[in-house]
Amino acid sequence: MFKKAPENSNRTAPGRARAQRGNVLLLGLVFVVAVAATAAVTYVLITMFTHKQEARQPFVRVVEVDEMTTDPEPWGQNWPRQFDGWKSTSGGEFYGGSSAMPESKLEQQPWLKRLYAGYAFSIDYREARGHAYMLYDQGVTERITQKPQAGACLHCHASTTVLYRSVGLEAMGEEVTAEKLSSEFNMPAVIRGFEELSQQPYQDVLAMLYATPDGTPGENEPVFPQAPTGGFTGEYAGQDVPADHLPLGEAHPVTCIDCHDPETMSIRVTRPGFMQGIRDLAEGDGDASHLPSVEQWRAGSRKEPYDPNKLATRQEMRSFTCGQCHVEYYCANKTTLTFPWGEGLTVDDAEQVWNEMEFPDGTEFYDYKHGETGAKAFKAQHPEFELWSQGIHARSGVSCADCHMPYEREGAMKISDHNVQSPMENINNACQTCHNVDADELRKRVETIQERTVAMTNRAGAAVTDMLDAIMEAKAAGATEADLAPIFELQRKAMWRLDYISSENSKGFHADQEAARILAESMDYSRQAQAMALRWRAPAAPDTEQLETEPVKGVTPEGKAPANP
Amino acid sequence: MVKIPVRKPTSSRRSVRILSVAVALVVGVLGGLGTFTLGYGDGLSYLTNDPTACANCHIMQDHFDSWVKSSHRDVAACGDCHLPHDFVGKWITKADNGFFHALAFTTGNFYEPIQIKPRNRRVTQGACLHCHGDLVDSLRPAEHGGDMQLCVHCHSDVGHALRR
Repeated sequence: MFKKAPENSNRTAPGRARAQRGNVLLLGLVFVVAVAATAAVTYVLITMFTHKQEARQPFVRVVEVDEMTTDPEPWGQNWPRQFDGWKSTSGGEFYGGSSAMPESKLEQQPWLKRLYAGYAFSIDYREARGHAYMLYDQGVTERITQKPQAGACLHCHASTTVLYRSVGLEAMGEEVTAEKLSSEFNMPAVIRGFEELSQQPYQDVLAMLYATPDGTPGENEPVFPQAPTGGFTGEYAGQDVPADHLPLGEAHPVTCIDCHDPETMSIRVTRPGFMQGIRDLAEGDGDASHLPSVEQWRAGSRKEPYDPNKLATRQEMRSFTCGQCHVEYYCANKTTLTFPWGEGLTVDDAEQVWNEMEFPDGTEFYDYKHGETGAKAFKAQHPEFELWSQGIHARSGVSCADCHMPYEREGAMKISDHNVQSPMENINNACQTCHNVDADELRKRVETIQERTVAMTNRAGAAVTDMLDAIMEAKAAGATEADLAPIFELQRKAMWRLDYISSENSKGFHADQEAARILAESMDYSRQAQAMALRWRAPAAPDTEQLETEPVKGVTPEGKAPANP
Repeated sequence: MVKIPVRKPTSSRRSVRILSVAVALVVGVLGGLGTFTLGYGDGLSYLTNDPTACANCHIMQDHFDSWVKSSHRDVAACGDCHLPHDFVGKWITKADNGFFHALAFTTGNFYEPIQIKPRNRRVTQGACLHCHGDLVDSLRPAEHGGDMQLCVHCHSDVGHALRR
């Protein structure tokens, strides 16, 4: 194009100009395309670079966190994605205040009021919300504001390890220094501190928790709003909160440090209740075929007690961290918090432990005296870990986190979703990783199990109600405590089984056949108790020996049968 | 001669020259950057049969890890099952998947867990038959294109178990 046109070119001047314009246009087009292509290639290059960086460096530790850092915010600077997930458990934004409280279960299932008669759960019992609400909702429930409760409740609803360690060190006669609090976990001190506090009044332990250092001195702006002192009525245990009782500092719901080692980030067990419970399970002979490290320990020398933090596999830990709280336990002020796992993890095993247990003062163990009949009853908490242990997923080696905190991809990073929630909110990551089935079909399978379990639960609720009516009628007719003792035994069994499944938070999904078995037993015990109570009032039954019964007959009409040879 | 007509071609020739240089520069930058990106992203490895190339972009890592422990590890790599065994089909499938996988991963717009497309499903079925055709001949439909189950309907664990 820089060549001179030949002298005797037959192109005319306008022709040359047109050709030149064409060249310029072509050049311009090439220029634009090349610029666009360069931009695209640069974009690809940068994404590639980012992904390679992500694959190499899952996180950058920009601030130090140690054993004192219960405040999740510094952790959030190092692990922003996990922190964002954790914050998402609020459901987007935090819904505080009395008008935002979730629906009352007592209104949805009125038989619950009869079941819990005489117990604080009959006052206020609502649908559960996400992890973000655990401390807030506990602080405002009327079970706490109207009735005296124990500090043990905070074992699971707050980030308490620093408080426990501090109180424990003091009780063990050691000097409490910031260095000692921040340098190591010190399980013996944590267990000791927990024992010191578990029977103290709830509001006192909560106040101590507010005053405990959380690793961010001078910063008292919590991630989620804190519950108003004394709930919505300004009361604890039915008493007005003193005007000078203002909380100082921050208290956190369960945060990063409660499941993670601040040094290595590996997941760990921090709760004294679980440490003791899993030890009891290992030492007993209940079925633990889904927990390989427990079986291994049983087969070994047993010189040292079973310690999940040392022996459990990574996959087991992905359930154990959840099993620190999502379990059945005793949690009131007559003895320390106890997990009933010595005989095994089934509903019958736990019942056996409670039946054989005594309070430290030598009296018979029970959770509450039923407000109507006066029978001594057990209250089931929320045995998710135990029911999961009976189901097909546990048998197949699937952990809690596999479904409730499934792995997700962020660019080239594989992280565990810290928005702990129902797997139904995230079917593709939670279920489809293993189940090669359409999402709608999977949802329907789950709904079928849950609908059947709820229908069965309501049926068992009706049976319990009928039983209570029959027992009350017997009482009104003059039955004494001694007369009713065998009926009370049945009442306790029926209520324990119904409560076990209705309080468990999977509507039977964690082990559907086991849930059905337990509910069937509940209905059976309810009806047995009802029949026994009715019989107590009924006149003596007549003798049935003399009644004629029908002998066996063939189906062929008489006379037409072939004669016997 | 009048000055103006002389000047006109000179100035337009100069601007053409500037434009030409600019185009050469941009094309050069594109060429350089493109070559670098191709090298940085291990682009040429996609032309080989090396199974590690399939895990280049991180998405297939789990599938690769599972394949390493699979029954077919010693007899079939990724391409042996996921590419047709004829020349044209192989390179069309490679180009098709290469482009759409790169697009999906770069934009982040894809369904998780990843699922095989119907076209690629037909390719894997063809690959099963390529090796095992004689064995299963009597199981196949009598007419061409007749209805039948895919081999992986039952044998889903042969390639990369638990990562489908």
